[in-house]
Amino acid sequence: TVKEPDKDELSACLLAVGAGKDIQAFEVLFRHFGPKIRAFMLKRGGNRQQAEELMQETMMMIWNKAALFDPARGSVSSWIFTVARNVRIDAFRKTNRPEFDPNDPAFVPDPEPAADDVYEAGQEADRLRGALVKLPPEQADLLRLSFYEEISHSAIAERMNLPLGTVKSRIRLAFSRLREILGDAA
Amino acid sequence: MNITHHISDELLFDYANGALEEGWSIAVATHLALCPSCRKRLATMEAAGGMALEAIEIEPANASTEEFSWEAMRARIDNVAPAAPVPARPKHSTGRAASLPEPLRSYIGGDVDAVKWKPLGLGAYHYPIKTSDQDISVRLLRIPAGKPVPEHTHGGRELTLVLKGSFSDISGRFGPGDFEETDESVDHQPVADPGEDCICLAVTDAPLKFKSRIVRMIQPLLGI
Ligand SMILES: [Zn+2]
Ligand SMILES: [Zn+2]
Repeated sequence: TVKEPDKDELSACLLAVGAGKDIQAFEVLFRHFGPKIRAFMLKRGGNRQQAEELMQETMMMIWNKAALFDPARGSVSSWIFTVARNVRIDAFRKTNRPEFDPNDPAFVPDPEPAADDVYEAGQEADRLRGALVKLPPEQADLLRLSFYEEISHSAIAERMNLPLGTVKSRIRLAFSRLREILGDAA
Repeated sequence: MNITHHISDELLFDYANGALEEGWSIAVATHLALCPSCRKRLATMEAAGGMALEAIEIEPANASTEEFSWEAMRARIDNVAPAAPVPARPKHSTGRAASLPEPLRSYIGGDVDAVKWKPLGLGAYHYPIKTSDQDISVRLLRIPAGKPVPEHTHGGRELTLVLKGSFSDISGRFGPGDFEETDESVDHQPVADPGEDCICLAVTDAPLKFKSRIVRMIQPLLGI
């Protein structure tokens, strides 16, 4: 069996697609993320055929927009998640997703990071991975369920047989705990 | 900009997860354009989404299905003419500085001085913004300095983003960039602070649902 590529290899592949439309690098991404994106689309509703089409659409976006990926701002999986999410919104709601534009003159940019924060940005994914593992199971389950099965809080409340208020407060707790572990208190 | 009121985790999470309708998302995305600290929180949520995607366990795949899928992808790429390189946009346009951030500016079709205000009475004005969701009302409000927000009732969620000036209510003072999230359980009466008219983006569950088709058709003309 072929060894699964690790996150540094995946990051290098996405950069290679962005820099030079490297088809071999793209194939590595496709074989790694394609089945996961297909499963993600299927969990969020629709049949196999639609899930396959949405996966192909997502991978096409990745092929076309890879140059926009900036490893200093986030991990490969985070970037691919946002592409898949937006493809799904386009397909189901037939609307564009309102988003901010960092090149807009009225955009308020991030404060200049301190030198040690720049180093930290690259480690963000690892730290987050570590932080997620430390979440209490009921909070971790809720995030997992939200991200790839149900998407509305009320659907989750029904599914888990919890009051809506409890679902919302668990989401709040989960993210304030994550920020606490990551050391950026709100 | 000194922002003190931010987007709640529940709302931001819905936006990060793709579960928030267009109308509410305009207010969220416009606050994000103004607020580095909420963008940082959004990035954490999207990274958690990426990890959830990464953690999906795949059943041992049928190898020929995967080959077929990859061949289809390749064919698609080969058939697409290479996209013309997108010219990098200048970081800051040379034109007059805009005061309304994207995505709001595009929804309005211009900056704040281009808004075609419609009178609401008592010196207040509004400007309805069209979206694809009929159930969500999105509009700009202009409240005269020192005056309360008029005809103010809402049956569900209400998001308010201050763009200019400020208002105060039971939850405190809201200045440029501040974001207020209320619902029917909150009995608040926002009043514009003296000195300057307050312009804000207000998103609510559409207030009135008429049964008659004719009334529904003229409703947008009346701006209610
Ligand atoms: Zn904020
Ligand atoms: Zn209100």
